[in-house]
Amino acid sequence: MHEEIIHTENKPKEKQNYVMLDLGKSPEFGLPAFKQVVKRSLNGELFVGLWVTLREMAKTLFMGGKHTTKYPMEKLPISPRYRAIHNMLRLLESGHYRCIGCGLCEKICISNCIAMDTRYDENQRKEVSEYTINFGRCIYCGYCAEVCPELAIVHGGRYETASEQRASFSLFDDMLTPIDMLKQQQEFQGFGSVSPNADAAIKKTPLAY
Amino acid sequence: MDALVIGTIIKVVLVLLIVSALAGFGTYIERKVLAFMQRRLGPTHVGPFGLLQIAADGIKLFTKEDIIPQHANKFIFSLAPVITAATAFIALSAVPLFPTFVIPESLPLIGGAIVPSVIADVNIGILFVLGMMAAGLYGPLLAGMAQANKWGILGSARTAVQFLSYEVVTGLSVLAPIMLVGSLSLIDFNSAQAGGIGSWIIWQQPVAFVLFLIAGFAETNRTPFDLLEHEAEIISGYVTEYSGLRWGMFFIGEYSNMFTVSILAAVIFCGGYGDLGFIPGSLALLLKVVFFFFLMLWVRASWPHIRPDQLMWLCWKVLMPLAVVNIVITGIVVMI
Ligand code: SF4
Ligand code: SF4
Repeated sequence: MHEEIIHTENKPKEKQNYVMLDLGKSPEFGLPAFKQVVKRSLNGELFVGLWVTLREMAKTLFMGGKHTTKYPMEKLPISPRYRAIHNMLRLLESGHYRCIGCGLCEKICISNCIAMDTRYDENQRKEVSEYTINFGRCIYCGYCAEVCPELAIVHGGRYETASEQRASFSLFDDMLTPIDMLKQQQEFQGFGSVSPNADAAIKKTPLAY
Repeated sequence: MDALVIGTIIKVVLVLLIVSALAGFGTYIERKVLAFMQRRLGPTHVGPFGLLQIAADGIKLFTKEDIIPQHANKFIFSLAPVITAATAFIALSAVPLFPTFVIPESLPLIGGAIVPSVIADVNIGILFVLGMMAAGLYGPLLAGMAQANKWGILGSARTAVQFLSYEVVTGLSVLAPIMLVGSLSLIDFNSAQAGGIGSWIIWQQPVAFVLFLIAGFAETNRTPFDLLEHEAEIISGYVTEYSGLRWGMFFIGEYSNMFTVSILAAVIFCGGYGDLGFIPGSLALLLKVVFFFFLMLWVRASWPHIRPDQLMWLCWKVLMPLAVVNIVITGIVVMI
């Protein structure tokens, strides 16, 4: 047994005891082998195993220690960095879509799956007349979201994307925040943001060795 | 017809129905207990608490397509599951299940029938049950060899290795209690332990009890001795090519064997259906059987399974010598 001091932020904080199992060499035959069999048979390790499962069962039944997430009914929060089906955001004040039709996302898309077209509207302003993403080809690289100057196109959290029509997700109006949901519109947290349950989900492990 | 014959027929039907239903229920309990021990939920969606999962599984098994592989020996392939299921049920015919009772006269047709505790109280009860369970090993053996599949062959080779060696330990371990009681009938065993917990044979024969349990686990093909169909090594062993109803029969056979071994352990070593304080006999037997059944699931959740060579080693080098020593000591004590 030897002790190791775990350094976090350059100062020793936690002590952790690592136990090295000293099993030794197994005797091959004769009296020593027989003794080992007797010792191992009688020292009750098997009952330790039984106790562990029984304890877990009691925990599961009476202390609510189940690990199961009933998936379609319950969902774990996903990280804001997760790159799923895109969202097109709206301006918070006017409710107009943010996209200015600059075409940068179309240009940078490495699988060439964004198709867009623009025209002048009656006020001689540029408007997006067509905008679709072919999700059969999109590799969810996130370049489009990164390049967008207006934070108009971002990745959303819709990962359940089984459907009969690929058009179910990919039209501009499908991706656009519904106008009545404008209040709930989620701003892009930025690259490197952590998921809301990060603290609960992460165990303390030593960073330095 | 006289009352006993009618009663016996009623008993046969009862046992058949109850045990096949219990076998199904056993799978449900097994899945639930294993799930809880691994902090999961188990079946939850079909019916209340997932109870109807048994029915759903049954319907699935019954309606599956019946496939016989091209190069299999068709006759033996279809015979093997029947052997397993039939021997499992025949073994149960000599096992006492409830205390004898008489159906009240007021009932039409079957009124006054005496339902015996054992279907067939053969005077060699234990030998008969053990022999039937041993005959059951022809099921996996033939199944593995008839299906023209290398995993099946491996499975049946393991069957031969495992069942044959553990048969010896089972026989030897019950020999010591038999010497004490002086009879092979399970009824006599039951009456020999009628004096409450203190007179249970387990206190006089703890070694024989442990040996019997270990051998029972091996004979019912439970972890840690589930070599016959261990998925990680030989796909499914002797059931690799089976599906649907035929596979289901293997399953029913295996689960009824689990019940038989549980009942045997309860009757031979733990007082059988004798009254337990305020608990009536039939309930006491049920409780004991449930405990042994739970023990099998519990062990499955806790322990890893062992290699075939370790299995043979354990059987021939540890358990059999222990059993023989136990018999010799019992013999000396009985003589004195
Ligand atoms: S995520 Fe990548 S592949 Fe998909 S649309 Fe954006 S740039 Fe194209
Ligand atoms: S980069 Fe942004 S603003 Fe430019 S076209 Fe694409 S979504 Fe619209």
